[in-house]
Amino acid sequence: MLKYIDKIKEISKRLLNEKAVDIVIGFQKGTIPMMNEPCLINKPENTDSLVWDSNCRINLAKYLTGRNEKIAVIVKGCDSRNIVTHIIENKIKRDQLFIIGAPCKGMIDRHKVASIFEEEIIEVAEEENTIIVRGNTAEKTFKKTDVMQENCALCIHRNPVIYDELAAKPVEEQANIDRYEDVRKIEEMKVEEKNSFFDKTFSACVRCYACRNACPLCYCPTCFVDESHPQWLGKSIDPTDTKTFHLLRAFHCAGRCTDCGACEQACPMGINVRLLTKKLEKDCFDIYGWEAGMSLDKRPPLDTYSPDDPN
Amino acid sequence: MKVIQIDKKNWAKGLERINKSYRLFGPVKENGLHVFKELEKGKLPDLNYLNTTLSPKSVVYPQSEIMLEYELDVSKENHHVMKETEKDYSQRALIGVRPCDTAAFLLVKPNFDTPEYKDPYWLRSYEATTFVGLACNNPQSTCFCTSAGYGPFNEDGLDILLVDTDDHFLAKIISSKGEDFLRAAGWETNIDPDTAKNIISEMKQQAENKITSFVSTEKLKDKEVNKLFNAPFWENLAFACINCGTCTYVCPTCWCFDVQDETHVSSGIRIRNWDSCMFPLFTLHGSGHNPRNTSTQRVRQRFMHKLKYYVDKYNNGIQCVGCGRCIRLCPVNIDIRKICNTMNNYE
Repeated sequence: MLKYIDKIKEISKRLLNEKAVDIVIGFQKGTIPMMNEPCLINKPENTDSLVWDSNCRINLAKYLTGRNEKIAVIVKGCDSRNIVTHIIENKIKRDQLFIIGAPCKGMIDRHKVASIFEEEIIEVAEEENTIIVRGNTAEKTFKKTDVMQENCALCIHRNPVIYDELAAKPVEEQANIDRYEDVRKIEEMKVEEKNSFFDKTFSACVRCYACRNACPLCYCPTCFVDESHPQWLGKSIDPTDTKTFHLLRAFHCAGRCTDCGACEQACPMGINVRLLTKKLEKDCFDIYGWEAGMSLDKRPPLDTYSPDDPN
Repeated sequence: MKVIQIDKKNWAKGLERINKSYRLFGPVKENGLHVFKELEKGKLPDLNYLNTTLSPKSVVYPQSEIMLEYELDVSKENHHVMKETEKDYSQRALIGVRPCDTAAFLLVKPNFDTPEYKDPYWLRSYEATTFVGLACNNPQSTCFCTSAGYGPFNEDGLDILLVDTDDHFLAKIISSKGEDFLRAAGWETNIDPDTAKNIISEMKQQAENKITSFVSTEKLKDKEVNKLFNAPFWENLAFACINCGTCTYVCPTCWCFDVQDETHVSSGIRIRNWDSCMFPLFTLHGSGHNPRNTSTQRVRQRFMHKLKYYVDKYNNGIQCVGCGRCIRLCPVNIDIRKICNTMNNYE
């Protein structure tokens, strides 16, 4: 995956030189270990600052809407599915985009790496399948699969579903993955147990809305939590208001979420916000055989009616 | 300078004694992250941390604080009269607070305590608090306290500075509040003042040497406000920002709040909640107009406030203590060091 970058730079430079696009949206190297920063490039000579590694976790579909330029964007499998969703929902037109596909082998979970490394992380180097973490005194090598984001470990759509050019050959899709073990565990809980599980899960929430704002699906001009005429939801950290925010947001993503993991990775408090959207993802699959963002030709099940819909 | 030496074996006992006359707050590990909370009886602060995820500002300035309560049922006594909510302002101690976070309380004080207006909630909590600091032996790579104007052993705002020397704490008494606290705890092992002074100054030097991260701030004051405001770099610096409130909520010096009334049936409360200049609602006018309608405008506001407006208004340096939380926790790597240096060096 690290080798993609030469091709990504080459395509980006060519597109800008030929004026086939006005801007390229990708990642530049971050200022701290395991972080890259989404960036906008509008000059061919600046494409050299683009990077590609296992820290390109933020979903770049977030950055595409509301712009007038012709945009080239570098996408993973999940990002591409969110672009499909954007196109279906009329947030962007296909011909405004040049999609550079990056067949993905998963992103690393920086919170997880930090929690298992015993001191402050000073530097992280990456090879194809290993992550080398250095502190001031210690050094440890991890297998990438051991520190991958959970959603990446469970991903069954690593290759972009829509693209104009690929930065590399498609990667093999993971097979025989049990995507919903954790959801089934919660489904099996008794009501009280479930209630206290979710109370605990969301108790650390500070209502910063990083989960919502990192999500490409959350593009409402005014989010229901920001409505003030009338106000729908209290603004304090009252547990009921906090859980209402999370539950309603998740419902709003039903049949649209691609489990890209941006919400969970963005959360400063380490809350597993994906649990809610995964349950809805599972239900959409069980009930409608639906996976979000796989085709431009199909309407999502929750915005269509079919006589065959289950009761 | 008076210093006493506390054997760590006596640490728990002293805290137990002091808990009889003080409420104790300190760092605790919850869900894998360190945050400041009131310590339950018998629970020790977990001092094995580099810096907490959330700053201790909530001890003085809670994220959601009930200020007033009211009754709308006309059959009840004193209906339609705002009544102040009773709160516990008895003496409390904030144990194990880092020097950067303590300096932050002083830095926000001019906002809550002006000659004209005194914020009673913030001030009462602040005045009730004894700040028992823990010197920072191992600053992180994102810590830039020294160039922000502070340091890992900085004493501004502290009543006591604890220095961790493995088996012991050296407790440097900085104020009479600190002296009272130590008396109540009953730790009384004296140490030769010169020895103590030498150990502390050597450890301070070592800690300062570990700081690898710096910002330049010296030219900010002389910059023309409008020139910085209209500078062309904002669009680029703000591009990645998703406008969440993480930076403002984890920041020890972000002080903005929003006041809300919540009524249930016939009684209600007036709460103030932390607010964030990253949110569109922060500046939304009643008319529907929003003067800071774009992400870039909001990012510019946050950094202009911290690095220019505050500097100009209070002549007290930048509104940042260099704790590095916003850098570590920003989901898209917006880095205040980069922005501060860009502003400082802009011609």
